[in-house]
Amino acid sequence: MTTVHDGEPGAVTTTASRPRPRRAHPLLVFLAKRLAITAGLLLGVTVVTFGLVNVVPGDPVTANLSDQALNDPATVAAFREKWGLDQPLWAQYFQYLGNLLTGDLGISQQTGRSVLDDLVRYVPATMELAIPTMVLALLIGTGIGMLAAVRNGRFTDQLVRIGALLGLSTPPFWLSLVVLYVFFYKLGLAPSGGRLSTAFSPPPTVTGMYTVDAALAGQWDVAWDAAQHLVLPVLVLTSLTVALLVRFVRSAMLEVLQQDYIRAAYAKGLPARVVLRRHLLRAGLVPVVTVSGLAFASLLSGTVLVESIFGWPGLGQYAYRSATALDLPSILGVSLFVALVYTLVNLTVDLLYGLIDPRIRLS
Amino acid sequence: MTTIAPDPVAPDPKVDRALSRRRWLGRLRGGGSRPIWRQPVTLVALIILGGWLLVALFAPLIAPYDPLAQSPEAYASPSATHWFGTDSLGRDILSRVIHGARLSIPLALAIVSLALLIGGLLGLLAGYLGRLADEALMRLTDLVFAFPQIILAMAVTAAFGPNTRNAVLALVIVSWPVYARVIRSAVLSMRGDDYLNAARLLGVGPVKALRRDVLPNSIGPAIVLATLELGNAVLLLAALSFLGLGPRPPAAEWGSMVALGSQDLSMWWVSVFPGLAILTVVMAFNVLGDALRDRLDPRYAKGR
Amino acid sequence: MAPLLDVDSLAVTLPGPRGPLPILHDVSLTVDEGELVGIAGESGCGKSLTAQTLLGLLPSGAKVSGTARFAGTDLLGLDQRGWQRVRGAGIAMVFQDPTAALHPMLTIGRQLTEHMRVHLRMDRRAANRRAVELLDQVRIPDPERALRSYPHQFSGGMRQRAAIAIALAARPRLLIADEPTTALDVTVQAGILALLDRLRAETGLAVAFITHDLGVLSALTTRGYVFYAGRVVETGSTGALLTAPTHPYTAALLGARPHGTQAVGTLRPIPGSPPAPGQAPPGCPFQPRCGYAEPACGTSPPPLAPAGEHRSVACVVRPHLEVAAR
Repeated sequence: MTTVHDGEPGAVTTTASRPRPRRAHPLLVFLAKRLAITAGLLLGVTVVTFGLVNVVPGDPVTANLSDQALNDPATVAAFREKWGLDQPLWAQYFQYLGNLLTGDLGISQQTGRSVLDDLVRYVPATMELAIPTMVLALLIGTGIGMLAAVRNGRFTDQLVRIGALLGLSTPPFWLSLVVLYVFFYKLGLAPSGGRLSTAFSPPPTVTGMYTVDAALAGQWDVAWDAAQHLVLPVLVLTSLTVALLVRFVRSAMLEVLQQDYIRAAYAKGLPARVVLRRHLLRAGLVPVVTVSGLAFASLLSGTVLVESIFGWPGLGQYAYRSATALDLPSILGVSLFVALVYTLVNLTVDLLYGLIDPRIRLS
Repeated sequence: MTTIAPDPVAPDPKVDRALSRRRWLGRLRGGGSRPIWRQPVTLVALIILGGWLLVALFAPLIAPYDPLAQSPEAYASPSATHWFGTDSLGRDILSRVIHGARLSIPLALAIVSLALLIGGLLGLLAGYLGRLADEALMRLTDLVFAFPQIILAMAVTAAFGPNTRNAVLALVIVSWPVYARVIRSAVLSMRGDDYLNAARLLGVGPVKALRRDVLPNSIGPAIVLATLELGNAVLLLAALSFLGLGPRPPAAEWGSMVALGSQDLSMWWVSVFPGLAILTVVMAFNVLGDALRDRLDPRYAKGR
Repeated sequence: MAPLLDVDSLAVTLPGPRGPLPILHDVSLTVDEGELVGIAGESGCGKSLTAQTLLGLLPSGAKVSGTARFAGTDLLGLDQRGWQRVRGAGIAMVFQDPTAALHPMLTIGRQLTEHMRVHLRMDRRAANRRAVELLDQVRIPDPERALRSYPHQFSGGMRQRAAIAIALAARPRLLIADEPTTALDVTVQAGILALLDRLRAETGLAVAFITHDLGVLSALTTRGYVFYAGRVVETGSTGALLTAPTHPYTAALLGARPHGTQAVGTLRPIPGSPPAPGQAPPGCPFQPRCGYAEPACGTSPPPLAPAGEHRSVACVVRPHLEVAAR
């Protein structure tokens, strides 16, 4: 990076390139560092979850076996042996770590399948909710946030602020029930829950998302039915995420609006829509990207509650069942997966910063 | 440059900082536009909150029925005798909603206070001691942040056994990092200040310096955060009890009441009223927190 | 010939927390084609607000009265469309802090060409060519590379040059420079001033130069206006203002300037500070700090009245003022 210096017109610093010393590409260094931190974080996650489920009064034996089985010492012993619960704690932990490195996440105690299979089965269902939600929420949230910032202090702004607060204060499970009541029970417009009506069977699995897979297989009636089942849960999740986003976008845009360069843009005679679209939006995007990471996090939390109301067999449901059953492999699997997703999201966010703001890019 | 007079617009930053601990109190009272209690939305929020506090306080006197008393009038729709109707066991919903306030509000206050205490202390130490302590705190908070709040809370509650005490514990564990981070950055932003260094040079011990100089200046953002987090605590508590991981039934917690109502959609009153209770309480906390933040945190003061 | 910019009795009030605040009172000034006029005064005296008014950039809720005509157009009667035509292509502005006034995420080239294409209807190639010419004109080296660069890659002085180039891109007839050198090193200031003078000579550009430093006025401008508390208190040729001021405030400004070999002890800061908006005393606003005040000064603000050839002053006392020879 070369700086152009001021000086008397005669003495101009040349910006001719000097031979650069050989250094690792800064982006690779950055990624390598992040990878190391991620690995450390995931390790920490395993420790925490492992410790949590084991060093506490809860006992997977009592949580998973029926009362009858509990009375039979042979069954209990067999259960313990099967799940390695009779081994010392640290041995269990290292065994688990070893398995992880070979891609074996263990077998879920409640489903009997491998945790990896469970994840493959349930994660796409949640993604089918999360992706449309994020896209819609970002578009709507950014738009409304900008609108409120530009009309700061006026009625639109007040309305938006109150609306956002309302959205943030609404319990997701309650909103789901209300929405279900209105649109399904009273108006009969939407299906009652689940991913597909009983008349249809799921399309051949490609991504695990019914709408996409059905469209890929040409089963348009299935795709349409799956899409209809998406509407209500996505509506609920989007509303809540928009509420979160709008506040951040609004305050970010307000800060930008105070800046001289916005005034300078108007002073050049540029029409308002150009100033808003090119100058305001671009400057305000960095905080928006930041909050998208946060929004995604809260989205995953929200799915736990929303999925239970809509009977949506996704990661949230799985996490809940695993937690209540103290199903260690499942809990670990879910935690690791979620932590991994978070880190990926954060990484994407950081990379996006560099894309948007040249000041960060070049440092 | 013309030196005409000391520019009154740019005060001396050192003096400014020393005065700022008094300033946030003064700001609360009404520096700037109108005082907090004059703005209409905030006023409404304060009234609502006050109302709920009274309800929580005087619940046994206000509630028409015993919240735990079952009756044969199951699933009665709202009427003159049961304003909010009854649930599947014939219990009066109005009374249960009223008594629910006795659970949600004090528990939320407890959660926030504990988290503030623990997180604030850790953040204070990390910010002041710096270096290793700071790094350790940051990694620890990163670890907690790596889990979605609900999932971590679920795991903790399930692990320790679902009841009120463990739900509170879980939520404290889940929420303390935010306070730690905020207080830590408040402390860090003060470290460069000359008067802190001057105090150190004069031989003022770290504890005294913390208490006298650092603490008053970090209280502002901490209070703002705590008020905002109160609403979140109520929501999380309701979520946990909705999932069956909170106060054990038959306790009248709003979240579990909504869960009960989800069994039969046609009996809408069983879910709607507890949900509205949650909504109004959380909304009131959020509005208040926002108003406080507008007032106390100069970064958000513009663009009211 | 009619002046390019003709402002008469301009008054501006801004909305305040406890009611409207009068910021500008009865401001009148003119700028002729190709003239370089100075506007001087300390911070908060309303000179920047005058600039904002002339570009229609006042915050909503501001009330403006009086007249302001630019090349025959009534500025105060313009709607949004009208303003978009005037801004950039008629009147352009250079801001005080170039780092804040340049968008950090757009290339210099983009910021140069975007309004050029709107006002002058050029295609991208033509606009880029003109952009290179402009950068050359403001003496930024390697203009092709500069086009693709971002503001943070330049030093402060270079940024201000770029900002000037941007201001001139759509061929305005009047450039308002709001304290363009205040945020820059003293060593860089001279270069910027010389640049503005040269541009004026080369292109016939009229410049209204806002500053709090009277020394700048002497270097560049032919005429000057002195502002105090939202009013014009004195105007005249620069030479006359600096050597024989008629208003006590102007004299005090000059007396308070450190100059070259002047001994430290001779600096005389003016006691007190300017009144805040809306809190001006009745009568002359400078009266509380004026060493020549008389009872007559306290009744009503003195109007700007002629005081010799091409000179006006808003003072009823008009004391004989001594200025240290330099």
